[in-house]
Amino acid sequence: MENNQQSSEHKPASNFLGAINAIVWKDLAAELRSRELLSAMLVFTLLIILIFNFALELDPSTRRVATPGILWATFAFAGTLGLNRSMSVEKDRGCLDGLLLAPVDRSAIYFGKTISNLVFMLIVEAVVLPVYSVLYNTNLFNPGLIVVILLGSVGYVAVGTLLSSMAVQTRTRDVLLPILLFPVVIPILIAAVKASSGFLQGLELAEIMPYINLLIVYDVIFTAAAYMVFDYVVEE
Amino acid sequence: MITVKKLVKRFGLKTVLRGLDFVVQEGEFVALLGSNGAGKTTFLRILASLSRPTLGEVRIAGYLLPVQAAAVRRKLGVVSHLPLLYGDLTAEENMRFFGRIYGVAEMSQRIDEVLELVGLTSRRHDLVRTFSRGMQQRLAIGRAILHDPDVLLFDEPHTGLDQDACDMLDRLLRKVAGQGRTVVMTSHDLARVEDLASRFDVLSRGVISASIGRSELGRNNLLDFYQQALAG
Repeated sequence: MENNQQSSEHKPASNFLGAINAIVWKDLAAELRSRELLSAMLVFTLLIILIFNFALELDPSTRRVATPGILWATFAFAGTLGLNRSMSVEKDRGCLDGLLLAPVDRSAIYFGKTISNLVFMLIVEAVVLPVYSVLYNTNLFNPGLIVVILLGSVGYVAVGTLLSSMAVQTRTRDVLLPILLFPVVIPILIAAVKASSGFLQGLELAEIMPYINLLIVYDVIFTAAAYMVFDYVVEE
Repeated sequence: MITVKKLVKRFGLKTVLRGLDFVVQEGEFVALLGSNGAGKTTFLRILASLSRPTLGEVRIAGYLLPVQAAAVRRKLGVVSHLPLLYGDLTAEENMRFFGRIYGVAEMSQRIDEVLELVGLTSRRHDLVRTFSRGMQQRLAIGRAILHDPDVLLFDEPHTGLDQDACDMLDRLLRKVAGQGRTVVMTSHDLARVEDLASRFDVLSRGVISASIGRSELGRNNLLDFYQQALAG
């Protein structure tokens, strides 16, 4: 056969990065057209914060205490919805096999899906924050809080993408993902809630830093672990 | 081109392939026949590096699976009964996406060639979800040959197609196979593969129970050969 293909032995890095880019581009282009995933996540998150708003009827001081918990519960549930949908799209028409047949390191698939899942989650969070601020009369535009949301989302999506690629192989994938995911992300949710709470209550950075450090360590460890095991998770 | 020795595949306690041996020479078109549940798809998924062998040795184009899986995948094109395409992307966008992850050079030119070959140039800007099943399967073949692989694996490609679509697919399969590629196609439809393949192997009870070349096969007795292979 003629040489119609670039050898990945010659350009492994560009092939790897090219595959990640292609997967992110594909996910964003498909979502831009269908808007299935983002609209479901957005409607779901807005409904949750509305329900919390009416159910709790909090006074201003209690609101500040409850806000981190409400925010992260909302992000976690909406994130599960998005992760499930993102992998189901790949599985339903056999597209996951199409990706796995590509002559690239399979961790490129993991990173590509993780980045697109992160983009979707950050878009939802960017919409939720102003809506929440108006509904709860709480200022959430705090740079520290934004950093915590970014770090928390990275960790959540890093683990979620790996576990959703496991869960999608089963018949009970919709139920299985949250059962697998929530126990594993408890450390990240606790650290994110504590750090968010610290920033909203105006605590000293030194008091918040242990939780930020925990988020960073969690992000690094779980991204590295997912990178190492993804090939085994997706292969029969 | 393909050498399989003593291949065993187990799922838990269930053994699907029991020491299967299989050799395909370069340029051969092998029809892998067998009843439902015989393990044809499992075998093809192992050849495609989508599933790991439990025991045994699998080599494609000299590369060993699963150790050199990325090198094997560079040589492979796979078409299954699912299209492996994204419905919310156009035909051209699908080709461009797979071209990027397969590292295809001179992509625009290659996409033009492939879409022309599968007869979908006029529909290149249409979303794949608006395509008929037959058109999706033709585009799936286009995706499989986009990176110009040496070996093509077809897993029941006619599933769900009507007569006209099957005939059109057969013409395309002949064209694609006629370009010097090695082809392995699973099927349980004898009439469909009879005119396509150069060799017929029967997978039964986890091994290749019989094998016959087209030249050894008298006219219209593929069914007899198949039934004897299953009974034996």
